[in-house]
Amino acid sequence: MASEGDRRSDPEVAERRSRLLGGLRLEGEGARGVAIALISTAVFLVAIVVAVTQSAGWPEVRRTFFDWGDISGSFPDIARAFVLNVKIFLVCEVFILVLALVIAVLRSLQGPVFFPLRALAIIYSDLARGIPTILVIALLGFGAPALQLTGVPRSRVFWAGVGLVLVYSGYVAEVYRAGIESVHPSQEAAARSLGLSRFQALRRVILPQAIRRVIPPLLNDFIGLQKDTALVGTLGVIEAFNQSQIDTNATFTYGSYLAAAALFVALTIPLARLTDWLIARDRKRRQAAGGFA
Amino acid sequence: MSALKVEGVHKSFGPNEVLRGIDLELEDHEVVCLIGASGSGKSTLLRCVNLLEPLDAGRIFLAGEEITRRDVDSNSVRRRIGIVFQAFNLFPHMTVLRNVTLAPRDVLGLGRAEAEARGRELLARFGLEDRRDEYPDRLSGGQQQRVAIVRALAMQPELMLLDEVTSALDPELVAEVLSVIRELAAGGMTMLIATHEMSFARDIAHRVCFLEEGRILEQGPPHEIFAQPKEPRTQQFLERIIEAGRL
Repeated sequence: MASEGDRRSDPEVAERRSRLLGGLRLEGEGARGVAIALISTAVFLVAIVVAVTQSAGWPEVRRTFFDWGDISGSFPDIARAFVLNVKIFLVCEVFILVLALVIAVLRSLQGPVFFPLRALAIIYSDLARGIPTILVIALLGFGAPALQLTGVPRSRVFWAGVGLVLVYSGYVAEVYRAGIESVHPSQEAAARSLGLSRFQALRRVILPQAIRRVIPPLLNDFIGLQKDTALVGTLGVIEAFNQSQIDTNATFTYGSYLAAAALFVALTIPLARLTDWLIARDRKRRQAAGGFA
Repeated sequence: MSALKVEGVHKSFGPNEVLRGIDLELEDHEVVCLIGASGSGKSTLLRCVNLLEPLDAGRIFLAGEEITRRDVDSNSVRRRIGIVFQAFNLFPHMTVLRNVTLAPRDVLGLGRAEAEARGRELLARFGLEDRRDEYPDRLSGGQQQRVAIVRALAMQPELMLLDEVTSALDPELVAEVLSVIRELAAGGMTMLIATHEMSFARDIAHRVCFLEEGRILEQGPPHEIFAQPKEPRTQQFLERIIEAGRL
């Protein structure tokens, strides 16, 4: 990271550079710094390429993984299957945001009356985060439809989605809770002193500040969720990962894995950059406010 | 009937007994200043009156009605009492006008137009009209504290509690806040004011109470307390204040 002085001397250049490199910061000054960075990156990449292509197994790996015909041939099928991943992600995200908020609020309730609710929220968070996601999805995906309950969907995709919502709500609730606890108690005192009820104070004063502060870590959890939609494939549902496995079994090559990976990355990278941008904006705003907010 | 009556109030935080039997009565339109060293219980007393802290013992009456009974809705009591804090405690995610209209709209159920009209009028009265769309962190400390006073006034309280409202301000910003409080006193607002500004207390208070270790050791009109304090502890306290050049 550049020193304070560097950044202040030419903030615009530094800003442009950091945007180019997706948040990476360069040492040194101006064009010389950029040149050094480019050369060292090139040397580094060439070294890796040489090391890999000189390895004994490279011809075989190149044939099975890097056959352009395989990759591009499997792409349309996988892209179609990937639509399901995106749908699962989008629908689950909405439910996670709501359920996690409820859990976090329950956990933040004070007073002995609310002990059972608090305890429930803690147990939930512990379980949701303690059981491997793949197990939760298997248990629900195979178990819940087998119950043959009337009025309850039997779709495996549905139950896999329920599993993802349950698991991720445990994490996201902790993120919310950190946000709620970061709001100074004097804010609640000010709200209550005006006659607002506990719930009104929470809704109008505490949560808006808490949620604003935790948007970057929330997005971070959603990057994880995007990838974990691939776990739904373990139930035999045809989504991007499963489709790529089917292709692999047909061709005995692994190019389709790369195609699937490219699709996931294409979705996560914009989200990752958005997260970085929000964090940077938040930091700037804080500096401008002299640390008040 | 007094505006506020505090009777035998005790309050401890763990082993630390902060209030050890406070009795105090305020008449309508009376301005009472609480003075005393830090930790003498001034702020705790104000927080107890606003029901932000539960009492260990004692009773508090607002306009003759006991507000410390278990069956009293504390939200409906708090809307009748305004409190202003040392650290302003404005809501940083809301504009000045929204800070001022939040409680009138959500608590009193005023319509947006009515609440905003009331808010603008109050802001204009205290020279803050042009700041209404700013966020608190863009304001000076003195402006923030004036907004906090307006926010409390927007609820049209029967009683105002001011908790060392100038202690967090740069010296050059103290005057603008004090002049607002003077205006309130001139308008007949009943106020209980914890303060370190002795000359201000001498000017504005009808009565001054000296707190020491959770008790009101001495009280009386300012010219008596400041000129001829009877208690040796009060004398010592005022001597230290004078030495520090604050009186």
